[in-house]
Amino acid sequence: MAFQTSAPDTVQYRDTRPKGQLWWRQIGWRHVVAVALIIYAVFPLIFALSTSLNPGGSISGSSKLFQNVDLANFKKLFAETDFPSWAMNSIIICTVTALGTLLMGASAAYAFSRFRFRGRHGALTSLLIIQMFPQMLAFVAIFLLLLSLGDVFPIIGLNQILGLIAIYLGGSLGSNTFLMYGFFNTIPRELDEAAKLDGCTHAQIFWQIILRLVLPILTVVGLLSFVATYGDFIIAKVVMQANDKFTIAVGLYQWASNPRAVPWSLFAAGAIIAAIPVVILFLFLQKYIVSGLTAGSVKG
Amino acid sequence: MSERSALSETGSTVAPAPDLTPGRGTTSHARDIGKGFLVKLILVMLVDALGVYGIITAFGIGHWPIVISLVVGLVVVNWVYFSRRMVPLKYLLGGLIFLLVYQVFVMAYTGYVAFTNYGTGHMLTKEQAIERLQEYNQVRVPDSPTYPLTVLQRDGEIYFGIVDEGKALVGSAEQPLEEVSGAEVVQAGETTQRIASAPGFETIDFAGLLNLDQDISTIRVPWSSDPTSGSLSTDFGANGFRNQPALTYDADEDTMTHVETGVIYYADDNGSFTAADGTTLTPGWRVSVGFDNFKRMITEERLSGPFFTAATWTFAFAFLSVATTFALGLFIAITFNDERVRGRKIYRSLLILPYAFPGFLSALIWAGMLNRSYGFINQTLLGGAYIDWLGDPWLAKIAIIGVNLWLGFPYMFLITTGALQSIPSDINEAARIDGAGPFRVFRSLTLPLLLVSVTPLLIASFAFNFNNFSLIYMLTKGGPVYVGNEYGLGSTDILISTVYKIAIEGGGAKDYGLASAMSIIIFLVVGLVSYIGFRRTRSLEEIN
Repeated sequence: MAFQTSAPDTVQYRDTRPKGQLWWRQIGWRHVVAVALIIYAVFPLIFALSTSLNPGGSISGSSKLFQNVDLANFKKLFAETDFPSWAMNSIIICTVTALGTLLMGASAAYAFSRFRFRGRHGALTSLLIIQMFPQMLAFVAIFLLLLSLGDVFPIIGLNQILGLIAIYLGGSLGSNTFLMYGFFNTIPRELDEAAKLDGCTHAQIFWQIILRLVLPILTVVGLLSFVATYGDFIIAKVVMQANDKFTIAVGLYQWASNPRAVPWSLFAAGAIIAAIPVVILFLFLQKYIVSGLTAGSVKG
Repeated sequence: MSERSALSETGSTVAPAPDLTPGRGTTSHARDIGKGFLVKLILVMLVDALGVYGIITAFGIGHWPIVISLVVGLVVVNWVYFSRRMVPLKYLLGGLIFLLVYQVFVMAYTGYVAFTNYGTGHMLTKEQAIERLQEYNQVRVPDSPTYPLTVLQRDGEIYFGIVDEGKALVGSAEQPLEEVSGAEVVQAGETTQRIASAPGFETIDFAGLLNLDQDISTIRVPWSSDPTSGSLSTDFGANGFRNQPALTYDADEDTMTHVETGVIYYADDNGSFTAADGTTLTPGWRVSVGFDNFKRMITEERLSGPFFTAATWTFAFAFLSVATTFALGLFIAITFNDERVRGRKIYRSLLILPYAFPGFLSALIWAGMLNRSYGFINQTLLGGAYIDWLGDPWLAKIAIIGVNLWLGFPYMFLITTGALQSIPSDINEAARIDGAGPFRVFRSLTLPLLLVSVTPLLIASFAFNFNNFSLIYMLTKGGPVYVGNEYGLGSTDILISTVYKIAIEGGGAKDYGLASAMSIIIFLVVGLVSYIGFRRTRSLEEIN
């Protein structure tokens, strides 16, 4: 071991990497560009972190980075504000929506992939067409619908967590079925047929065989649905009206839009907390998300 | 493995005699009284119970569309889940119901509302409006008898009690007069009587009246559940008198007549009762107004100006967003598409941070950094400059594009990196041997090949930014606001934020009809853009 490390590389291999000026012209400048871009990319986040650690800081006191470092804002966030209930609402809404999306999307994809029935082609085509029209454009009608639904079923009316979840679930089939459908088609049908011969019902095939085999796409779709719901603003803003019913997006907007009422640094602390789960999910599952992106979903 | 065998064991103990002959399960699973069937039975029963509850409630308040859709929905659900032939529908129905209600229906409803005058002052149906007009406009019946009044209280609510034709009647603002049994009635004059006490009610004496928080002269107790029968009110709590609606409705003529002034209000085409001198009664009701909302967007000056600038700015914003983010993303992708650059993984992880960070938070943080007086950009980076980034129409637009560049370039970087990898490198080498310089190779080979694979994503990104409500709303809120605009529209409002302000959060009146008409226009544009993208991806070919 010692012998190998002491032997210089250059003795055994000819180094073909460019050196000096050539290195600089071909590669070195790329590092400079990288550093400049990383500063651009990371700076606002550093700024938010610095502000969140500045106790009692207002927007005017946040122009020097990491002047005071203290966790007071984070303590206050959980002890004295509505932030915990917003976070809870967001977690409930996003989790239930993601699970419901998976259940409905996977069932639909199973039906389209495994059964041949009348109207199948028409249904798939209609789904594609409906998918073109984003649900958020109809928020006026959604508002009016919830206004009347609330008279009959108060629990799915305006200002109700369940009402908001139901709206998100309404958009889930259009946007996710195709992602799943393609994946379901790659699972060989011979598997179902063998199971059928063994006496499995279609329900057993679906729950016990197919769902286990499509786990990778379920993870991706569930994750994308969670993140998309977490980031939705307009529908949540239209539906949720009471302070304790807000989602994180609506609640933090309320704070940031009125920096005089709520200290800017408290908002920044909320933003950091709110971002952490999504950022971690994102960095860990980068490659899945990237493959999902290229398959058609989009953000900014 | 053990888990699964345990499952099947419990399954067989529950099912009395599972018939496992091949084919049996496919023909008649509904007759298998297995675990699955029980679960299904319980779920469908729950749905039925909820549905029946909904039908009863909706029936009670006379909400016919909901009653009809619930009945149809329940029949379909039960039919599908207990039929033997509807297997594919069993898997589709759940999602389909949500899709139909919350996407297809709301889209259709948007279309309907766009052709009505639905909005502030026109929220109700005509019957509701007539009832409301009669309920709210009441005058004292001339020469009507006065009733010695007793003020009562129950659960913090004020009730009025009178004796009429020997019957003790009690009612509140919420609850019409009703006979109460067991009330103690005393003589209050030669011919009149009043209630001294009633079981379950607390009688309030004259001293108690003075301590009441509520102004009792504003309370009107309906005489009966029919709004035309008038109401009971009082001045000071001692005597009550009967009011009748000031407006009487003539169904044959479709007019409202004021009892005292005799003015006749005619139902007009705009959903209001209007008198000859032009005064209208509020509230009005919803009527179909044809293409009026669309016309207003073009012809009404206070709308058409903001609408056209918003439309132009929406296109410009969406186009510039895609162009700038794609240019920067592509530049970075090409810069790092050289295997000799070390640390590319770390660079990539750091560069996609803006994409991983939730977009709504980024926009809010940028809004703080761009604050005119205290923001970091002015204070620290520009050394105390006083640049009104978000308050000047042009600077605000530049700020929006700039922030969106920050938000969007990582996405473009990711997808172009992926696309670059798929371009075979021998093409580049061949071109270089033929004498093409790096720029020429990029322009004539790399870019066209790249565009083939990323164009659908660019179109999707265009469609996304076309409706990028949260960025605009959180960064500038559409401002700076035009002076004197009644809906609070501003120079960075894109179409969707315009719709939002008109429908939900305008300055004063909410105009759902106009907002929906604008939604329709956005629908058309987005639909067209997506259609182009959809043709490009040729998704249809995947359906077989």
